[in-house]
Amino acid sequence: MQITLQNFTKKFDDVTVIENMNLEIKDGEMLALLGPSGCGKSTTLFAICGIHRVNGGKILFGDQDVSDLPSQKRNVGVVFQSYALYPHMNAYENIAFPLKVRKDKPADIKRQVHEIAKLTHIEELLERKPGQLSGGQQQRVALARALIRKPDVLLLDEPLANLDAKLRLEMRSEIRRIQLETGITAILVTHDQVEAMSMCDRIALMHDGKIVQLDKPSEMYNNPANKFVADFLGNPPITFLDAEHKDKTLLLPNGHSIASPNLNAAVKKVQVGIRPECFGPQFGMGVKGVVKFIEKQGREELFDIQLTDGSILRSIQASGSDLEVGADIDWGLSLDDLLFFDMQGERL
Amino acid sequence: MSHNFRHWPIITILTIVSLPLIIMFAFQIIDTFTTHPIDSMIPNKVTFEQFSFLWDEAETGRANIWQVTLNTFIFATTTAVVVCTVSMTTAYALSRLNFPGRRYFLGGLIILHAFPTVTLIIAIFLILQIIGLYDTLLGVIMVKAALELPFGIWIMKGFYDNVPWEIEMAGVQDGASRFTVWWKLVLPQVQPGIFALMIFSFLSGWSEFLLPQVLAPGNDAQVLSTYMTALIADDTKIDFALFKAVGMFYALPVIAIYLIFQKKLMNIYGGGTKG
Ligand SMILES: Nc1ncnc2c1ncn2[C@@H]1O[C@H](COP(=O)(O)OP(=O)(O)OP(=O)(O)O)[C@@H](O)[C@H]1O
Ligand SMILES: [Mg+2]
Repeated sequence: MQITLQNFTKKFDDVTVIENMNLEIKDGEMLALLGPSGCGKSTTLFAICGIHRVNGGKILFGDQDVSDLPSQKRNVGVVFQSYALYPHMNAYENIAFPLKVRKDKPADIKRQVHEIAKLTHIEELLERKPGQLSGGQQQRVALARALIRKPDVLLLDEPLANLDAKLRLEMRSEIRRIQLETGITAILVTHDQVEAMSMCDRIALMHDGKIVQLDKPSEMYNNPANKFVADFLGNPPITFLDAEHKDKTLLLPNGHSIASPNLNAAVKKVQVGIRPECFGPQFGMGVKGVVKFIEKQGREELFDIQLTDGSILRSIQASGSDLEVGADIDWGLSLDDLLFFDMQGERL
Repeated sequence: MSHNFRHWPIITILTIVSLPLIIMFAFQIIDTFTTHPIDSMIPNKVTFEQFSFLWDEAETGRANIWQVTLNTFIFATTTAVVVCTVSMTTAYALSRLNFPGRRYFLGGLIILHAFPTVTLIIAIFLILQIIGLYDTLLGVIMVKAALELPFGIWIMKGFYDNVPWEIEMAGVQDGASRFTVWWKLVLPQVQPGIFALMIFSFLSGWSEFLLPQVLAPGNDAQVLSTYMTALIADDTKIDFALFKAVGMFYALPVIAIYLIFQKKLMNIYGGGTKG
């Protein structure tokens, strides 16, 4: 079902956490609410499921205004970060609880629980209490419980934060698979960009209670709307150099100059964003510096390069170079992939 | 073996310190089941004579022991039930709802808990007389329950505070009403606390002396503790053997309860949810 936030505003006492937010989640789409800690992701999520009252604006499920409906009347499935399974009930009872509350027939409940258990691959675990399940298994039970009522929308609040790295990888694709198989509309709250990029159709990047950009993952990475987005997406992160703009060329602080035929001549100062993969020997020469630090990541190596003027650039390259800390380098930039921002951080 | 060696100094010290108590208990037990010559402490005959109060007709002017036991039982049970029911609901409200004056309510609870009962007794006495509950079991129950409540509410609040919010949010999302959430999802998490509180208030009621003594001195509402005082207060013929036997009888349920439930009672100090 399509979910729409219209001028959604949320205050806690006198503090406005979210002001006039507009967001549309398409039917069957999985959307990531991505942003740094404290930007209002959970608040938005809790407003959609009805735990928080809205202080202004509307929340629509399809055409229906649900802003004033209590949680119980909104058909929403939620997976909490801590899973919030009921500790005294076994997996079966946990999953069946929403149906029991709805007073479905026992035979119906049984059939539905087994269906959803099959979808989430937990058929053998139904007798176990949450305490006897691993993190990933608890996650599956929580997912099954959230899905059993066939909700209009599935909300996931940092569902992978409590899992170890390997399980996180597995559950990432599992959640996506289940979402695609059920065709449910889903919102994933996360502060992990990799999670957002790999699992979701679109990402809404939030900052200080506002949505700064709403786009497809690749589009957002390649075409960030401003410096914040460019900085937030990408790991290892982008680096910025302040450049002077004159006569269709950009003069970098280390003296290197690059042609910039498409920039507005009125802009005198420009911040150049250089992603680590846009700087290296494969792009020619001209930028001189010294290797300050090497981080070996197995398949790749990450270099911190100090330029002649003291500013630092990052570069990521396939392993196997014989460079050592202190070595002099002369590398080039991938000119097509550089990002330009004005001093306020807006994209040029 | 080395395990025991490390512990033996502690065990020795504890044994020495508790020896007087243990001897007293042992003596009490032996003494109630034996007779000894007037000039000696060494028992010479096993007897159940001293327990004859359990089956003989009560002396005139003295209440029937079974009636008194029943009174004590009713007193302790009702107190425990009232304390648990009220604490269960009040503590939930205090833990979860942000109603006006909540902070003062919490402060008041602690003060009331620390308040010495004796200082209130005259006022309570007067009130009970005015509303006509003086010298009735009901009156004492009400007072006892009221005085136990601050402790009960405080303990239960601690248990509720340990139940994660998210469980309740999940329940509400699953379509359950606030009441169902409390009843079906939250109460089971604090069940160890309710259980421990139940036993504690039962034991506290069982051993209560001051309140029944002052507020229900008559024979009809007598409980075991006041019954025992009546035994020695009757100074024309003090029967120590009888006094000890009644004491034994009085203590038995307490010992039994501790033995049976000691594990669960530990919970009230642990205060947490067990999966
Ligand atoms: N109940 C509340 N009362 C007052 N302020 C709150 C409350 N809940 C959240 N806030 C504030 O609202 C802002 C947004 O909080 P929110 O929990 O939505 O952040 P978040 O994006 O989910 O962060 P995180 O990634 O750390 O979970 C924060 O500044 C927070 O302090
Ligand atoms: Mg959050």
